[in-house]
Amino acid sequence: MLNYIVRRVAYAVLILLGVNLLTFTLFFAVNSPDNIARLNIGAKRVSQDAIDKWKAERGYDKPLWFNARAEGRGKLTQTLFHDRSLRLFTLQFGASDSGRDIRHEIATRLPASLALAGPMLLLTVYAGIAFALLLVFFRASYLDFWGTVLCVLLMSISSLFYIIMAQWLFGKTLRLVPLSGYVPGLDLLKFLVLPLVVGIVYQLGAEARLFRAMLLEEAGKDYVRTARAKGLAEPAVLFGHVLRNAWLPILTHVGALLPYAFLGSIVFESFFGIPGLGTYVVEAIAAQDFAVVHTMVFLGSLLYILAYLATDIAYTWVDPRVRLQ
Amino acid sequence: MPKFVFLWTDLVLWLLVAAAIGYGVHARRTPSLRVTWRHVARSAPAMAAAVVLAVFIVVALLDSVHFRPRLGGAGDGGVAYATRTLSLLDVGLSHARQAQEKTYSQPLAYWSFQKETAMVDGREVRAHPRLRHGGAHLADPATQWHADLVLRSLAGAGGGLLGAVALVMVLARLRRGEGSTGATLRQMLAGNTDLPWRTVICTAGFMLILAGWIGALWPVYHVFGTDRTGNDVLYQALKSIRTAVVIGALSSVATLPLAVALGVLAGYFKGWVDDLIQYLYTVLSSIPPILLVAAFVLLINVYLDQHADSFPTGVERAEFRLFLLCVILGITGWATLCRLLRAETLKLAELEYVQAARAFGVSHWRIMGRHILPNVMHLVLIVTVLDFSGLVLYEAVLSYVGVGVDPNSYSFGSMINLARSEMSREPAVWWNLAAAFGFMLALVLAANLFADAVREAFDPRARALRPRGRPGAAHQAAR
Repeated sequence: MLNYIVRRVAYAVLILLGVNLLTFTLFFAVNSPDNIARLNIGAKRVSQDAIDKWKAERGYDKPLWFNARAEGRGKLTQTLFHDRSLRLFTLQFGASDSGRDIRHEIATRLPASLALAGPMLLLTVYAGIAFALLLVFFRASYLDFWGTVLCVLLMSISSLFYIIMAQWLFGKTLRLVPLSGYVPGLDLLKFLVLPLVVGIVYQLGAEARLFRAMLLEEAGKDYVRTARAKGLAEPAVLFGHVLRNAWLPILTHVGALLPYAFLGSIVFESFFGIPGLGTYVVEAIAAQDFAVVHTMVFLGSLLYILAYLATDIAYTWVDPRVRLQ
Repeated sequence: MPKFVFLWTDLVLWLLVAAAIGYGVHARRTPSLRVTWRHVARSAPAMAAAVVLAVFIVVALLDSVHFRPRLGGAGDGGVAYATRTLSLLDVGLSHARQAQEKTYSQPLAYWSFQKETAMVDGREVRAHPRLRHGGAHLADPATQWHADLVLRSLAGAGGGLLGAVALVMVLARLRRGEGSTGATLRQMLAGNTDLPWRTVICTAGFMLILAGWIGALWPVYHVFGTDRTGNDVLYQALKSIRTAVVIGALSSVATLPLAVALGVLAGYFKGWVDDLIQYLYTVLSSIPPILLVAAFVLLINVYLDQHADSFPTGVERAEFRLFLLCVILGITGWATLCRLLRAETLKLAELEYVQAARAFGVSHWRIMGRHILPNVMHLVLIVTVLDFSGLVLYEAVLSYVGVGVDPNSYSFGSMINLARSEMSREPAVWWNLAAAFGFMLALVLAANLFADAVREAFDPRARALRPRGRPGAAHQAAR
């Protein structure tokens, strides 16, 4: 087990290195720092002096990969790649293009993000499984048929519609909850209710349909027929046998959902005015702040890899037959 | 003769149409494919969806023939062309394109949404002024408006109904086979046919009636109102269809070269090739998709910024951006399909017929091309069709984040983005959102239903998941 985890972590570092190389090439090599400077200064005709000054202020004035002018180890460390990419591994994110400390920004925004994304993921999966169980329990009935139709309908609507309509209906017309905003503490619940409900409804269709398919696949197996033949009641078969065996594919899916929780929260955070990481990314993209986007890509893939590792370890806990080696 | 403009997106879209026709011919000739597609055709939801999709695709294709009209009166013998690039759809809807109001107006209204101060009998009165185009043909709108709406609606819907009846007649005549046209007609309407003709007829009839209704009202009213700058909303919605179809179709096809090539290679050669390719797609899929797309789009921004002069018109620039966006969605989105194809190829490569081919000394490339590729094509088809609707929805999110299509081009995403502030007005401006919602839902729902049927037909596992004895499937089971 330990051996396995060590190997996985080593592979994860390798993957992160790849991510880093890819995004660094995308951001700073294809797109020379001169271009970034020009884009950020914004004027039509920019003098080379202004560009050099902008670069020097933000530490972009070093060579990309190899510094021939430096001494010894400095040849490699006094480069943009070292500053902008390798330092991310030690969680030194540096300053954004607008001069603010990225790590401080992330630290202040992380709680807000977690407060939304955490419950959202759990509740979405919970609601999806519950609805799928209902459909599977009443399978091959009109409830199942129209439930599936409802799922297809729900998943054919853009998330933006759900948000706009919910804000208009519950926030503006009925005035049940605040439209958007964020306060720390217990009052936060008031602000989180609407995004959570919208998030659940929006993902219910796709989730429930997928879980239904997973459950039905299990329900078609021989051991389920045996369980019925033994005379077990349908709820006992469903919860005791089918659901327990369907946990494995469900877990895999939840692991794969984690990076999308990041994507979902980008839209939800910025619509509901929650000052989390998602809003940070949207602002950075709008301001063309390459340093921030680069850091967030790194952080996003780090979270993704950790989630995958956690999923794999959780397998052994859900299904004792799984041995990690 | 106008000057035709060949946009990247147009070319690829038409190539795709050609490829689809080619595939259709191929599927018709191949017995196994014909049987599978017949399975799709037997599904009533899929056929209804196909009718709706066909309408959307026709609109998108009409909107994909671009040209710059010739301007008359170039005195010195030279030929001058308009600076605006138009499409066939623009020409067909020129009245709606040109019927510009000052600002918002409600659907079918003859009055402006916002009050203006006007002088009546020497006093200042605040009232809704009349629109320049919407309902301009009415002499006394207050009394005539209702009657005019009803009459035009009836005429339009009646025309549509007539068209539908004519269509059914022609269809029955074509499909009559041995029996008489009347008998075939009765069979079709009773739903006693092998293919769900009744569903097709109902859907097509509904679309025709809707088209007739819109066709009767649109020349004189703004059927879906106007937006902030007074442009017709229905026109924008129709223009947005092309963007959605282009994004959905091009992007899902753009994933194919990398996904198919790498997936088959990894599964066939195994070893270090497999390790390398797995590493590649793990790296790619561990980056949150929206950030990866954003990273690429920021690159395009820089490129377009530096090459601003190489695009003669704004449309060409916007279209080039759209094309690049599709390519980006392609390069960033191939991991899922690649993983599936790798797994399937791993399985196939161990089968006896592949072993036999190897024993005969068939080269690796030939085995992959002739023996493996055709046997994984069903996966490619399923994933491509399933991706379509997701990408259409994705476009709206990307546009919201600011990394989607050009802000000046028409898309459902940009319509929804504007609607956000409009819904918070008092009273709410809801018709922009409603138009985008309706068209997008129709397109995505149709795509989803069709994709489901395709998956059910092509994926043996999906077929096993279908609950037996589903309501309404009785005659299918009896088949």
